[in-house]
Amino acid sequence: MPRSRPLSARLRALLTLPAFALLCGCDMVVLNPAGDVARQQGDLVIVSTLLMLLIIIPVMALVVLFAWRYRESNKEAHYEPDWDHSTGLELVIWSAPLLIIICLGAITWVSTHLLDPYRPLARTGPNQPVAANVKPLEVQVVALDWKWLFIYPEQGIATVNEMAAPVGRPIRFRISASSVMNSFYIPALAGQIYAMPAMETPLNAVFDKTGVFQGFSANYSGHGFSKMRFKAHSVDQAGFDAWVAEARKAGGNLDRAAYLQLERPSEGDPVRRFAAVETGLFDRVTNLCVQPGKMCMHQMMALDAEGGMGKAGLHNVRHVEDKTSATGTHMHGGKSFVGEICADKMDVAVRAQPKPVRQAPLAGAGLKQPSGAPTPTAPSVASETRPRPLS
Amino acid sequence: MIPQPAPVSPILGKLSLDALPLHEPIVVATFCGVALGGIGLVAALTYFKLWGYLWKNWFTSVDHKKIGIMYMILGLVMFLRGFADALMMRLQQALAFNGSEGYLNAHHFDQVFTAHGVIMIFFVAMPFVTGLMNYIVPLQIGARDVSFPFLNNFSFWMTTGGAVLVMASLFVGEFAQTGWLAYPPLSGILYSPGVGVDYYLWALQVAGVGTTLSGINLIVTILKLRAPGMTLMKMPVFTWTSLCTNVLIVASFPVLTAVLALLGLDRYAHTNFFTNDFGGSAMMYVNLIWIWGHPEVYILILPLFGVFSEVTSTFSGKKLFGYSSMVYATIVITILSYLVWLHHFFTMGSGASVNSFFGITTMVISIPTGAKIFNWLFTMYRGRIRFELPMMWTVAFMLTFAIGGMTGVMLAIPPADFVLHNSLFLIAHFHNVIIGGVLFGLFAAINFWWPKAFGFKLNVFWGKVSFWCWVPGFWLAFLPLYIMGLMGVTRRMRVFDDPSLQIFFVVAALGAALIAAGIGAMLVQFAVSIWKREELKDVTGDPWNGRTLEWATSSPPPEYNFAFTPVIHDLDAWYDMKSRGCERPLTGFKDIHMPSNTGAGVILAGISTLIGFALIWHIWWLVGLSFVALIGGAIFHTFNYNRDFDIPAETVAETEAARTRQLAAGA
Repeated sequence: MPRSRPLSARLRALLTLPAFALLCGCDMVVLNPAGDVARQQGDLVIVSTLLMLLIIIPVMALVVLFAWRYRESNKEAHYEPDWDHSTGLELVIWSAPLLIIICLGAITWVSTHLLDPYRPLARTGPNQPVAANVKPLEVQVVALDWKWLFIYPEQGIATVNEMAAPVGRPIRFRISASSVMNSFYIPALAGQIYAMPAMETPLNAVFDKTGVFQGFSANYSGHGFSKMRFKAHSVDQAGFDAWVAEARKAGGNLDRAAYLQLERPSEGDPVRRFAAVETGLFDRVTNLCVQPGKMCMHQMMALDAEGGMGKAGLHNVRHVEDKTSATGTHMHGGKSFVGEICADKMDVAVRAQPKPVRQAPLAGAGLKQPSGAPTPTAPSVASETRPRPLS
Repeated sequence: MIPQPAPVSPILGKLSLDALPLHEPIVVATFCGVALGGIGLVAALTYFKLWGYLWKNWFTSVDHKKIGIMYMILGLVMFLRGFADALMMRLQQALAFNGSEGYLNAHHFDQVFTAHGVIMIFFVAMPFVTGLMNYIVPLQIGARDVSFPFLNNFSFWMTTGGAVLVMASLFVGEFAQTGWLAYPPLSGILYSPGVGVDYYLWALQVAGVGTTLSGINLIVTILKLRAPGMTLMKMPVFTWTSLCTNVLIVASFPVLTAVLALLGLDRYAHTNFFTNDFGGSAMMYVNLIWIWGHPEVYILILPLFGVFSEVTSTFSGKKLFGYSSMVYATIVITILSYLVWLHHFFTMGSGASVNSFFGITTMVISIPTGAKIFNWLFTMYRGRIRFELPMMWTVAFMLTFAIGGMTGVMLAIPPADFVLHNSLFLIAHFHNVIIGGVLFGLFAAINFWWPKAFGFKLNVFWGKVSFWCWVPGFWLAFLPLYIMGLMGVTRRMRVFDDPSLQIFFVVAALGAALIAAGIGAMLVQFAVSIWKREELKDVTGDPWNGRTLEWATSSPPPEYNFAFTPVIHDLDAWYDMKSRGCERPLTGFKDIHMPSNTGAGVILAGISTLIGFALIWHIWWLVGLSFVALIGGAIFHTFNYNRDFDIPAETVAETEAARTRQLAAGA
């Protein structure tokens, strides 16, 4: 019927539109990233899909086949109204998914440990182990309302809403937040991890291609959330040096007072650069004691671990309107806080560096290492503790 | 962001004229529409003098069938609201490109996506599922009502009270702007100083009481009121899945109540359970809420698994394949659903071993679920499949849900979740299982049991129109989201930078429009069917050649369900009775003892809702007054001795004789 052709052709075009999108070469950054960690994570998405399709495709085909074959009008098909049990079939229908899940479970166990964001990188790409003397680039990340602060302690600079890293050098992010929960995510680089106030979460990752990539918060954090985006530059060493120099040229010092200004809520902030950063600022952020006169969490926890101060501790709870408190600073809107007992310098050396990673493939407990592997010197998984109020 | 404490009046609390969102034209227009519709409805009810009828026969009814229908109506009304929210989001996201802010500001958009999630889970899916169980379970087990009929009425009105609070927030004040699970610190008083989160808390607390009580009620009903001979392993599968769902409700809703109470204390009494300072831990909230939240998704899907079992078996004209394997799969899912909650936040940094454990337990759940799919598949095998509407929805479910299950297992692999968590891929996944599983199941159930509830079938033509809008509409709306998830697009975004994404959002919006057409067709289907109910009439009470007990009685069933309690000899009791040539008893009727209607449920739930409203607005005198009224009312109700009555044997005989004549006329 020629008359119906245009409509059906249009319908077909409509139905194939999503499939077409798959082929259009749109930028599927998750499956085609620019970092070794994200690449392995993207590969897992594909591998697990293929594994599951082994069972999903036959099931869907059988649904269609049975629905067609045993339709009421097909009187030629067998009809067995009382057939309701078959031990053999039951075995198959429980064991086939079980087998797939055993495979997936094994993949899960190994990949979860290997790609744990806490684990220092053992490689920057396939067959590219990290040399023992390479020190990862430390980047301290603070999710503010609603912008990102990056502190580079090695370079002594800080930036807002822009980051850069030399391609091929492992990066160790230390991530926290000032007020509410966010999630730090650069899809091209590595999977996300939550950025939480009073917590620190690490992320180890490396770029293996140069380029400019999108970074953003992947966890809703309030009205300005949509614009909480930044550009991540993966550049060569010279480019990175130039980027650092640019920040140094910008001048400005990110001290505690400047941070308190910066953390006030704002949306769609432009890129900002600071030539210097007060030592220990990040540790003050995670310990909730950037405000002058406020006790740091690690001190509070140390006191509590010793049994606390008893009733005397109550006298140290100050109200924002107290004269003893620092006036004029933003106290997170809170009405009260614990005053600091002795003004101390934030000790940045408290934190132990994570232990190096054993390069050998993962093996079960008690299993012999493959021959030629270096003698284990440390547990294969970084023994760094989990997010916690840190000291 | 820094809260300026609003002046609190001793009489009106925080409530003032400023609470009316007069500056939001969209809300004002909606309000006008709702107000006009409401006035029209009230006027019509008054004109036709229906208030007395509604009050006496419906609102105060303790009949599980009427309460079930009221739950379904509540679900349907709230579904239209929740879907309107979905359309608003789709439109905003399709527009907000190239520097455009779209048509919703952040304050409004953030309320819309929060309300969409809260409404769809708590006030659409839950009432639908509860209503279905309420209607069907007592009939399937040969009972006259649930164990605690008054409690059932009270539960329904508490759920409605929660829904009323959510709806009130649209016009008086604001709703939460936190996402549907209200993670602190964002939902704490420092970062959400308005009444939005309070509306959220008290709506869920009031509705939660109803849900928990109805869970207890149905567990007791299933365990204690089964007809003689119906051992546990002779229970219909839908009853089994309902039992497991209600066990999940009773075991998990108290966790929700507790965690929301703690958040409430943080907000009202300035405690520090989930604050940043003073040792609070937001991660504890996230753990607790998902310890409720994950079982919740099985609460929603399990009863529908039961529906698919009944439908597949009925329309294939066959016994269900692997009944006991089905039952054990349900029980395994019930237990495992408590061991997987952490997969909702692998990215919070629990560590590799913990993440692997929860990832693998999540995958293990897919084994019993897969077994269920196979069981339905082999029920169809060597059957005689009638493709009526319920069966069409079931086949659509099997094809859709398989994909949703697959993407779910992908998300269960922690490193894969790191790149897909909170992305539109996740959104596509859970809509894939909730629409493809829960909603398709409900549509199957509505088409399947409608003739039982009302005595006439639903119009097939409009049902098919609805089906063919919904199923492609679903894929058109959510396939672009899957793709965008792989492109690294995250959820809850109001505006976008990247113009290349716009086409995907436009396609998704078209899909949503197609779904809207499907919903419209469904409403037309109901209207046309009611209009032409004489043509669609079913006098047999068993229009589909059913297999379970509910088809043994008339359609709609008499108030007392069964004149004589049936005796069960086999699984598929009604099929067994039919094949043994069982005769309906025509004589020897006795008085039937039944519970009386009472208005106490409406009144107590109304007062509870008022307490919630007063708490939201800090109207402390009203909180005190209504609390006293609630306790007093509850005590007063205990002195109500007019709780039951007997339907005389003659009335039963007349009702049954009428059915006999009807059956003879139909034969």
